[in-house]
Amino acid sequence: MVETTITVKHKVGLHARPAAVFAKTAQSFQADISLRNVTRDTAPINAKSVINLFKAAVSKDHTIHLTVSGADEQEALAALVGLIETNFGDAE
Amino acid sequence: MKRLTGIAASQGVAIGPAFVYRPEPLTFKEQIIQNPPTEINRLLQAVEDVQAMLIALEKYTQENIGEEESKIFEVHRMFLDDPAFSDEIKTIIRDEQLNAEAAVDRVSSDLIEQFQAIDDEYFRQRAIDIKDIAQRLIRQLLGLEETTLASLKSPAVIIANDLTPSDTASLKRDMALGLCTEIGSNTSHTAILARSLGTPAVVGIGKLDISSGVTVIVDGQSGEFIIDPDEATLIEYQARRQAHEQARAVAIGQAHQPAVTLDGHRVEVVANIGSVAEAEAAVKMGAEGVGLLRTEFLFLQGDTLPSEEEQYRIYRAIADVFGQQPLVVRTLDVGGDKEIPSVEMNPEQNPMLGQRAIRLCLARPDLFQPQLRAILRAGYERNIKIMFPLIGSEEELQQAREHLEQAKADLRARGLPFAKDAEIGIMIEVPSAAVLADVLAPQVDFFSIGTNDLAQYTLAVDRTNETVAHLADPLHPAVIRLIQQVIQAAHRHKKWVGLCGEMAGSPLAAPLLLGLGLDEFSMAAVSIPPVKALLRQLSKAQAEEIARRCLQLPNLKQVQDYLQTVNNE
Repeated sequence: MVETTITVKHKVGLHARPAAVFAKTAQSFQADISLRNVTRDTAPINAKSVINLFKAAVSKDHTIHLTVSGADEQEALAALVGLIETNFGDAE
Repeated sequence: MKRLTGIAASQGVAIGPAFVYRPEPLTFKEQIIQNPPTEINRLLQAVEDVQAMLIALEKYTQENIGEEESKIFEVHRMFLDDPAFSDEIKTIIRDEQLNAEAAVDRVSSDLIEQFQAIDDEYFRQRAIDIKDIAQRLIRQLLGLEETTLASLKSPAVIIANDLTPSDTASLKRDMALGLCTEIGSNTSHTAILARSLGTPAVVGIGKLDISSGVTVIVDGQSGEFIIDPDEATLIEYQARRQAHEQARAVAIGQAHQPAVTLDGHRVEVVANIGSVAEAEAAVKMGAEGVGLLRTEFLFLQGDTLPSEEEQYRIYRAIADVFGQQPLVVRTLDVGGDKEIPSVEMNPEQNPMLGQRAIRLCLARPDLFQPQLRAILRAGYERNIKIMFPLIGSEEELQQAREHLEQAKADLRARGLPFAKDAEIGIMIEVPSAAVLADVLAPQVDFFSIGTNDLAQYTLAVDRTNETVAHLADPLHPAVIRLIQQVIQAAHRHKKWVGLCGEMAGSPLAAPLLLGLGLDEFSMAAVSIPPVKALLRQLSKAQAEEIARRCLQLPNLKQVQDYLQTVNNE
């Protein structure tokens, strides 16, 4: 199992397009991926679901905790953290 | 035969069978089922059918309405496939032996509740999407037909309590002969849609007891709605319809000629638009430019603010459609009754009197500056004019101008070409600005009177309140007098005046506005041919006489009656 804590800097947080991209990326891995909105102190959710991501309501500057476990856990975590760090490819 | 009168919302005469559109709330029983695997298969089949439906709807919307509007259906498709939705439903069917309809309802109700509890407007709004998708799925499971207007298969006159944008998103243009709604005003969605489609419409007719299939007549000129007409009435209205259609064909044919009155006075007739597609449509209808480009559409597309580059590309594309013809770009006008997802706004007790339009922009340079820079850049070697909405004082105008100077300085520093001498104008829609027109006129290049808001603020009438909306008529003598003052003040300072409210496209108001000396009439593209045709039949001198008469009348009813008499002559 690998895990990390990271702050979402995207100007709208995990709203429509970023949330969809995040869930689709998560779905492309075998590993179980769970996300917890630390700022809101929500329960962990399955990050492969857009609906769950919406329920976690991650806005700009919220801190999230990602837990990934499975065969491709390293790659999965790297990909998801990469999305957040590059602001989902959106310019500022 | 029954004759009713409502508000005339869109010109023309429609005769045809009524199609009564009353979406019913879905009803189904909660049942214990014997064979969960069979029930799950039934669910999966319905999901597959709904997916296909959504793909079709997405494609249709993309082709007929717009790329951005179609994206909502993609989100719906993701929801439908989402494990938090579909797996939950399957679990309930399997574990509780519940029928699929009840399982869908349970899961969606829970999700809706959870979404609505989130303290972020964007996420709360997603509850509506869950509701929409759940209803679609339940309808499919029950084998019910779609309740949207897309299910209308043959041309009819659509009767409804009121129509929302989602009702009409899938409406095929040639299926709606005419529209008639029980509630609504001249500025409600139905009225605006009808005018842009060129479909005859009467709104605010009151409670109707009518069934589908009955022959009805909609007269969008007089506001009459006739149920089950007798033979003589039918013949009379068929003749009226034909006359209207002929006049319309002639008007479109001549729409590309300028609007010159009998005594040789020319006025500019331009369009109100809100997208690139509308720009092209406006040119076809004979628009001599744009008197109002609403920029809100750029901010409605999704949940992120459009960048300066994105805005520049769109403004430039629209400017290219018009070449050297004028294009008046109104800076962002949101707040009040217009909310946009990408701009966070605090809930206000009284949003129409709150931090909207220019007030919001002055407080939010992050919104205002990129837009100003984008407009200035798009205006390079084009005829772009910049217009600020909702200016109510000289201070606000000065602040807006300072922001514009800032944007120019930034562009200069970046070495980008831009329209250095773009004309600057303001909307006159707050009574204080109308009263101070002589103070403001020297500081701008033009005024554009926004009669919808000017009437609402002058008359203290909420246009969205059905019980009083009819009182917000810009033909009210108080509003007419303000319009006169504004035009006179501007002309004294050699500035031109346009009018971009619904009033500019009204055949009833055209002689009055011409007589008051209005220089530019800006309206929905579809109104351009008939208004140009009408202006050509008038003389400026005669119109001035009509305006003089109107200014002496004491109340709205008398102004309306008088202009109606003029119109019938």
